[in-house]
Parts: sequence; C-alpha cells; structure tokens
Amino acid sequence: MSQSINKSPVISKHEDERLSLKPYVYGYIISLVLTATAYLSVRHHAASTTVLVGLVVILALTQFIVQVFYFLHLGKETKPRWKLYIFFLMVSIVLIIVFGSIWIINNLNSRMTIPQQIQYLNSQDGL
Amino acid sequence: MAENTLVVNEKVQLEYDGDNKVFLGFWIYIMTDCVLFASLFAVYAVLHGNTFGGPSASEIFNLPYVMIETLLLLTSSFTCGLAMISLQNRQAAKVRLFFIITFILGLSFLVMEIKEFHHLTTIGDSWTRSGFLSSYFTLVGTHGLHISVGLIWMAVMIFRIKKTKLTHANIRRMKMLALFWHFLDVIWIFIFSLVYLFGVLNK
Repeated sequence: MSQSINKSPVISKHEDERLSLKPYVYGYIISLVLTATAYLSVRHHAASTTVLVGLVVILALTQFIVQVFYFLHLGKETKPRWKLYIFFLMVSIVLIIVFGSIWIINNLNSRMTIPQQIQYLNSQDGL
Repeated sequence: MAENTLVVNEKVQLEYDGDNKVFLGFWIYIMTDCVLFASLFAVYAVLHGNTFGGPSASEIFNLPYVMIETLLLLTSSFTCGLAMISLQNRQAAKVRLFFIITFILGLSFLVMEIKEFHHLTTIGDSWTRSGFLSSYFTLVGTHGLHISVGLIWMAVMIFRIKKTKLTHANIRRMKMLALFWHFLDVIWIFIFSLVYLFGVLNK
C-alpha cells in the first residue's frame, strides 16, 4: 500500500523539487575545479600574496554559491520563498558578525596600543 | 474507488505539507548553525596572529594533507547527492549503498582530522599554546563535531533502511540528513580557504 502511494504521480506534484543527476555532477565538477585552482595557485605561489588572497576569496565565494544552488537546492522552491529569505537574513547576520568583529577589534587595537608597544609585540613574535 | 483515492491523496497532501514545515524548520536550524560558525570564524580572524611565541599557521599546516581531506569531504557530499536521487526513485538498496560510501568517505575525513589534531597536541601545540591555536582548534573542532554527529545519524539511517525500508518518516529523515551533510561541506569550503590557504599565504 505504501509503495503504491509513493509511486502515484500525484505526490511528485506536491514535492518541492524534482532532483536530477545533472546538478549534482555539475556542482561536483565545478567545486573540484575551483578547489584545485585555489590549492595549486597557493601551493606554487603563482602570484603576489595580495592577488592570491583576492583569488582565494573569489574562488571560495563562487564555490559557496555553486554548492548552495546545486547541492542545497536553494532557489528551487515555489512562491513564498521562505528558505531564500532566511538565507539572506543569515548572510546579513554573518556579514555583521564577521566584519563587525574584525573592524571593532582592529580599531581597539590601534587606539589602545602605542606604537612602541606594537613594535615590542612584533619583536616578541606576535604576543 | 474514486472517493477512496481522493481521501488517500488528501492524506498524502497533508503529510507532505507537514513535511515542508519540518524541512523549513531544519533549514532555519542550518542557517543558525551558519551564524555559529561565523562567530567562530570571526574569533579566528581576530586571534590568528596571536601566536604567543608558538608556531604560526604556515608552520603547522600541511597543505597536501588538507587537500586530501577536502577531496574526501567533497566526494562524500556528491555521493550523498547520488543517494538522494536513488531515494527519489525509491531504490532502497542503492540509497543504502551510496550512504555507506558517504559514511566511509566521511569517516576517513574524520580520522584524518583527528590524526592531525593528535599530531599537534603531541608535539605540544595544543589549544592551550596560544590564542591562534585556541581559535583554530575551536573552529575546526566544532566542524569535526558536526561531522561526527552526521556520521552517527548516517549509521542509524543505514540500519533503518535495512530494517524498516523506505517509510515516509525514513525518507523525511534522510532528506534532512542530506541537507545537513551538504551544509557541512559548504562550511568546509571556508575553513579550507580562510584558515588553511590563508594560513600558508601569510608567512
């Protein structure tokens, strides 16, 4: 009985998304290529450090978007797109936490530490 | 007969509506977990220079080793997706096979991570050594903890498929497990890039 229910065509209409093999294969191959590019360029120090830092960030963000769409199936849901809204809320909170922390701590650091102290800390191998 | 199917369809419709609420709830959990990881990333970003005379990131990270970990986790995410496709086609044996492959890949990843941690603690670079190492162990350790929980969940599901087949409840659980597993791979992208690759870059 449960088998016949599962196979009835009615259900597939109500399921949020139909999965197919292609997105997974694309997601996997693109992720592999992006990871390998980041790894090899850093390993062989293919450019200056500043360029490499930018490259690694761009590759990571690209892979993030690829995996969120191909593996987590975001953006495939129908009209009230709650998942997407919650995702954007998460992204904004994450940005506030990460960049806010880095900003505040660096600001404190430069206000609270006199240059001689910084020089001393650097000479002491990063206290 | 027609009335009967209508009743069944209504029941199924209700079940799927209930499922969608569960999936949305699980999605909210995953998004809040992202916030947890973001705060740990922020801690690492602030503390990664504070080595207190101990080793810096570029001195302890072994990039080829981490690359193998990354490939294991990425491939396990892919096989987890294959399990989801078999689940959609209601092929219980294939679902089980792909989950077993995913489990083995995930376990290899976890073993490699534990070996790395063990190596660091035995040479004296444990989380008590410096601010950098505390934040590193907290961030990567929290991810490892999630992986462990995911592996336990996966082992339970592998047994449940064998025992109770693809029941409605099992299907729902496996879909959530897949979501969780893909999410862990997404977090690893950032650990790999921002912790390991940046660590080696900032000599």
